[in-house]
Amino acid sequence: MTLIENFSQRLLRHAAATPNRAAVQLLQAGQPDHTLTYADLCAHAAGYSAALASGGVQPGEVVIIILQHGAALLAAYWGVVLHGAVPAIMPFLTEKLARERYLADLASLLRITQPAALITYAAFENAVRLALPPDASVRAVLLSEAVTPLAQWSAETLAGTRADPHAVALLQHSSGTTGLQKGVALSHQAVFNQLQAYGAALQTSSADVVVSWLPLYHDMGLIAGFIMPILSGMPLVLLSPFDWVRRPALQLQAISTHRGTLSWLPNFALNFCAQKIRERDLEGVDLRSLRALINCSEPTRAESHTLFAQRFAANGLARGALATCYAMAENVFAVTQSELGSAPHVDVVDPAALSRAESAQALRTEAGGAQMLSNGRALPNVQIEIRSADGAALPERHLGEIALRSDCLLESYYKRPDLTGSAFSGGWYLTGDLGYLADAELYITGRKKDVMIVGGKNIHPHDIEDLAGAVAGVHAGRVVAFGVFNAERGTEDVVLVAEADTPAAADVAAAVRDRVNRGTDVALAAVHLVPPGWIIKTSSGKAARSANRDKYQAAVADAAPE
Amino acid sequence: MKTDIDVPTPDDISAQIAAQIATAILKTPKHLPAVDAALISSGLIDSFHLVDLALFVEDTFGVRLDDGDLNAQCFDSVAQLTALIVQRQAG
Repeated sequence: MTLIENFSQRLLRHAAATPNRAAVQLLQAGQPDHTLTYADLCAHAAGYSAALASGGVQPGEVVIIILQHGAALLAAYWGVVLHGAVPAIMPFLTEKLARERYLADLASLLRITQPAALITYAAFENAVRLALPPDASVRAVLLSEAVTPLAQWSAETLAGTRADPHAVALLQHSSGTTGLQKGVALSHQAVFNQLQAYGAALQTSSADVVVSWLPLYHDMGLIAGFIMPILSGMPLVLLSPFDWVRRPALQLQAISTHRGTLSWLPNFALNFCAQKIRERDLEGVDLRSLRALINCSEPTRAESHTLFAQRFAANGLARGALATCYAMAENVFAVTQSELGSAPHVDVVDPAALSRAESAQALRTEAGGAQMLSNGRALPNVQIEIRSADGAALPERHLGEIALRSDCLLESYYKRPDLTGSAFSGGWYLTGDLGYLADAELYITGRKKDVMIVGGKNIHPHDIEDLAGAVAGVHAGRVVAFGVFNAERGTEDVVLVAEADTPAAADVAAAVRDRVNRGTDVALAAVHLVPPGWIIKTSSGKAARSANRDKYQAAVADAAPE
Repeated sequence: MKTDIDVPTPDDISAQIAAQIATAILKTPKHLPAVDAALISSGLIDSFHLVDLALFVEDTFGVRLDDGDLNAQCFDSVAQLTALIVQRQAG
């Protein structure tokens, strides 16, 4: 019988049992390595909890945290938890993101989630206050500099210890204007159900060490690279995503130094590491401690696994240590996991049947086949069904929409009953992803939704089209954005096609690129200006993205020199 | 060890960097970025391409760039990157 607990009780149980055990080792460029024990983490978090109580924040209310990746963010997050409030992380402003765009996104996040408080830096307070609507729900803006750890605290004073395990524990948003308006609300119990099921699939123990550079505002970073290790008592070695992208060897070096056993990456990162890491940065790097390096959060590719495995075999990476997982915030995190200790299956299928979106017929020979990489079987608490367009359950090797049912699904999209209602059908969550089952293992073939997945991040084409459509010289509403898979990078390139009066105008293309780059957290790979009438529209007037993608690819292929 | 022959001038360095950015990163070989155009703070070069640029600079000009150099405070334009390279070559 599983003990019913909430996040605070679980955290404090670790702090009581192993106060001096490392909860997190924070490695950041230009700063000394910083170890937070469970006792340290609780003392820092209790400081935030006390500040929230002083600020009049009630348990159950939402608190938005706007802090950079670092010690204050970790402490603030658990401080909100210990107060019994509901944390949600807003990604911090980046170097390139236009401030007005960022504040507009923040304002819409505040309008929908109605938080009671914000936590940010003193230097950012004025900017944040600008985003507050006149009738704002926000009663307190806490500044991280003003919060001090509480050396003495008692569980009785922490309202989080009394939180209902079935109440909402946290909100998880995907990025961008659209993503920030859709917060996945998860209960304590749902998260614990996920941790138990996923822990069983990964055969985790207190001997595991998790190494992560993933951002905490993303489900993979938040659950696999933050909440799971801390609540499960596995030490977490946490790097910064900003450091990693500039020096991708850091993750492998940290695995080597700290004897890391579990680590997660989106598919593109396998290519990125294999292609960009200098040999000099791999001297002495030993990856034999790794039980699983798990490829997750964007479609997994057999080619990326081969590339990565070949590059790092000399560093002791076992081929069986490269694993795959299919995950989504709506199921807390993992839906499936490939079997640990052996390379995920590669299913060679007939590409013609795949492209007709009918079936995945297995081929006996590899010649001319499409190599599909398995994402493994459903976690023990998850049921998967493949459905036809009219909602009927399909047998194995038939392509359809992936529906799932589990005891760790979202409570709702927070304060969005419209979106919540349309996401479910008879208790099944409709993922919008397309795939098939073979020998009960899940293979992903595409998406029903228009969302693009770039470097593991979900990108909504509307956000990009709205920005581009406002550029002078571009015909508003005659703009379409879509993803084009780039095999070298192992992820999608974002391409924008726009109708313009003068399609040859380099300054219009440059203005579109600049506006989109500064208004979203992606960079456009290509801007393709076309004459009026080029873009294919559906009867509803909505741009048919896949049709335009096909037309674009044909046009580019024609124009390319042989 | 510095040599006196074939040392590229700052203009040569800038031209090579601009050409590399246009062809390898932006895929617009006919439209070179202006030497003073913002590269990083504008998002023109996204963070995933910073490593590409660093590898190119190291291999082409024989200077070492650390990960701490790859941000808009250290350089944000072709001209500023050129100045950094010239300074490292002299140092």
